[in-house]
Amino acid sequence: MPDISVNFCGVKSPNPFWLGSGPPANTAYQVMRAFDAGWGGAVWKTIGEPIMNVSSRYGSIDYKNERMIGLNNIELISDRPIETNFTEITEVKKKYPKNVVVASLMVESKQTTWHEIVKRTNDSGADLIELNFGCPHGMSERGMGAAVGQVPEYAGMITAWVKEVAKIPVIVKLTPNVTDIAHMAATVNAAGADAVSLINTINSLVGVDLDTWVPRPIVGGASSHGGYCGPAVKPIALNMVASVSHHPKVNIPISGIGGIGNWRDAVEFMLLGSTSVQVCTAAMHYGFRIVEDMAEGLNNYLAEKGMQSAMELVGKSVNKVKDWGDLNLNYKVIAKIDPEKCIGCNLCYIACEDGAHQCITAAPRPFGDLREGTPAKHMPQIKEDHCVGCNLCALVCPVPQCITMQEIDTGRPPMNWRQLQESRGKNPTCSMDELLAKGASTH
Amino acid sequence: MLDSRLFTLIFAGLFDGRGSVAFFAFDRLGDGPNMLKQVAPRLTPEQYEKNFSDINPPLTQSQALEEGSRCLFCYDAPCIKACPTEINVPQFIRQIGTGNVTGAATTILNANIMGHSCARVCPTSVLCEGACVLNYENKRPVDIGKLQRYAVDSVMDTLKLFEPPADNGKKVALIGAGPASLSCATELRRHGYQVTIFDANPLPGGLDTYGIAAYKLRASDAVREIELVRRLGVEIKSNVLVGKDATLVELEKNYDAIFIGIGLGGTDDLGIPGEDLEGCIDALTFIRETKENPFDKVLIGNKVAVIGGGNTAIDVVTAAHRLGAEEVYMIYRRGEAEASAFKYEIELAKKDEISFIWQAAPAKILGRGKVESLECVKTMLGPADASGRRSPQNISGSEFRLDVDMVIKALGQSKKTEFLQSISGMKLEKGRVVVNAETCQTANPKYFAGGDCVNGGGEVVDAVAHGKKAAAGIHAHLAGKAANMRGTHA
Repeated sequence: MPDISVNFCGVKSPNPFWLGSGPPANTAYQVMRAFDAGWGGAVWKTIGEPIMNVSSRYGSIDYKNERMIGLNNIELISDRPIETNFTEITEVKKKYPKNVVVASLMVESKQTTWHEIVKRTNDSGADLIELNFGCPHGMSERGMGAAVGQVPEYAGMITAWVKEVAKIPVIVKLTPNVTDIAHMAATVNAAGADAVSLINTINSLVGVDLDTWVPRPIVGGASSHGGYCGPAVKPIALNMVASVSHHPKVNIPISGIGGIGNWRDAVEFMLLGSTSVQVCTAAMHYGFRIVEDMAEGLNNYLAEKGMQSAMELVGKSVNKVKDWGDLNLNYKVIAKIDPEKCIGCNLCYIACEDGAHQCITAAPRPFGDLREGTPAKHMPQIKEDHCVGCNLCALVCPVPQCITMQEIDTGRPPMNWRQLQESRGKNPTCSMDELLAKGASTH
Repeated sequence: MLDSRLFTLIFAGLFDGRGSVAFFAFDRLGDGPNMLKQVAPRLTPEQYEKNFSDINPPLTQSQALEEGSRCLFCYDAPCIKACPTEINVPQFIRQIGTGNVTGAATTILNANIMGHSCARVCPTSVLCEGACVLNYENKRPVDIGKLQRYAVDSVMDTLKLFEPPADNGKKVALIGAGPASLSCATELRRHGYQVTIFDANPLPGGLDTYGIAAYKLRASDAVREIELVRRLGVEIKSNVLVGKDATLVELEKNYDAIFIGIGLGGTDDLGIPGEDLEGCIDALTFIRETKENPFDKVLIGNKVAVIGGGNTAIDVVTAAHRLGAEEVYMIYRRGEAEASAFKYEIELAKKDEISFIWQAAPAKILGRGKVESLECVKTMLGPADASGRRSPQNISGSEFRLDVDMVIKALGQSKKTEFLQSISGMKLEKGRVVVNAETCQTANPKYFAGGDCVNGGGEVVDAVAHGKKAAAGIHAHLAGKAANMRGTHA
């Protein structure tokens, strides 16, 4: 049986699944329920000077029958007294010594204030500290959250203040609302951070009410921009995690966040370099019970892959993310339609015709109904010599495995864009196709 | 004609809460029970209502959105190609999904003005839904019929489908206010023709109003739908029998073209002794009574034999059962496989516990003044005839008797040959009007025709398609323009 526990900055977690800092980890009651359900850890809702919240606070987007594929919130950090939160953390750690409790912190940007709260955290029994440098709404207007996380010097300075007194490892939570999140990670790494977590929520307006013309969520006839999360943000988060993993000056663990709802999502984040993952929206949507399948699914996946430990997953895909210029230009796939599986919807045809490269033909469908007998299946055809292998048809095809992309042997040795540029420099009279035909191996 | 204000008044008085037409209740039913050997036990009002409740209840918004989301939005979709009126199904389903229900209804009704009744009565499993690509994946096809009903129902009572152009100075008369004429009239209004429909019945709609099982389409709903057509400026003159109340000569003099959408006549006779006994009636009369009268006023025997193997026979057996008849037989001279009723209709009758007697033919109806029993003879199927169907042959000595109170004839409908032959130059073939397949023009160039009188009996949607085609044909004929085949292939 594989071991799904992970070691994060020397802290052992029974599994990589942590509740992210947010409403589900607001109280001891919730965190204990989560640990009972099987969560490995929880990042407490951010502790700081208690705030006021508005009503309403959340907005979401639905897609067809799927609710809340993207969630937006304008809720602030904990509205409970600092002392209450720490007392509860102590209580939870006493009852659940094997589970990881992370204290998320955010206070005004004064060294003494930071020192005070970090010292209080040291005494609470929390395993780790997470610095909330990411909250993009409300708190940032007061010079906290993303206001810190968007300025490398501030982020580095406060990280250093925290490290001056912290007796437990410090994670810095990064905002995606920056140009280069990997640069931020490198900055806090240099300032002494023990780990980074990403991504916090993305600046968003989730929609506008078409009757009142007020954006959602509506607060007394107006709204405010919020932070976006949920399944819709996962690809953005994955890319940011990969870029941090890649950065040569980042050598600290990553806790991955952003649209994770099941074990598959978690595995993807781990493959791109996350040691633990944090889940918030999915728990808000379905409750803590989702962790059961996450743990079991991860376990089964590791067993199927013959892996002993979840830690083996961490970073396995990082080197498979390359610069575009390193991709082999002589690799070629084309689409194949399985006539047995094709149902004749023509979605591949119209997608290719209007949205891609006009490489599929479809004859006009004849008129007729079943009273005149069952009509013959009407199927589009790939123009194989035209197909550029873009994948679009396979993506729009509603039938699993009906359109597959099959590798074509171009007979050409691998050659990427960088190699082609070099080759062009050496052979200025050759056409690009001639150079590609030779491949990189000739040089 | 009834002007719209007067119509509204009558409309309000016509229908009780259950949607049956009480105003025209037949007086003779007052002493109905004495006319049969034994009548079916009366049911409670709640039971009648339950028995004739909508067989396909409408979708809620949430159900419509969920069902609509199953549509793949196929390109050059097969559901469109399998609809005789070429409704752009993926488009209207997408419009439901975006909350543009008015747009969805407009998409439907622009292609098929009878979109409301077609949504309820179309045999969708052999039309749009039968063609749905999800069938190839052994998935349930999108419930197009119900989605269509959702869209049309939502806006039907207020929608003005289009603003007709100024009158073009030409007038067209349409005979019969069934789906073919209503469709033809609508299309003609797009081109500014003045159109008048003449109909012999008190209410327009033809078989839509009078001939479809009440659990599929109430008369009140059929008539509501026709208000859509009136709103486009189509004049409907009810209670006018052309040939009697108005002559063909008058029509020919006053109108530039005439469309014949008269459908078919009564049910064919069985040609056996005893058909004149009280309690032997034809299917269309029976169904019409269920549509015009409160259910407890419909004359129904306790034991009922229905002769026929088509969809009308199914409508009759299920109605008889739902009216309270304790034993209902459906007698057909061929086997189940040869019956022309759709499979899903036969399944419906099976659920209603109908006693099917396959391969038997009625020989004589017995009784003293009233139907008392029906003698049948068993049949065997001979070799296939010219039409490819195996013809039944009676097995002598196999006679058997059924104790029944009522015999309902649900054979094919007769053709209105006499009327049609009174039109000069009209060509008929087996009683059907011969028309140009592209224009629906008859052998007399002033006349066009469509619907059951041309195809010998089809679906509502087929009649609508004919009506559209005929309108294009009439427009081409009168305006000298090439027929504009606005989406139709029937």
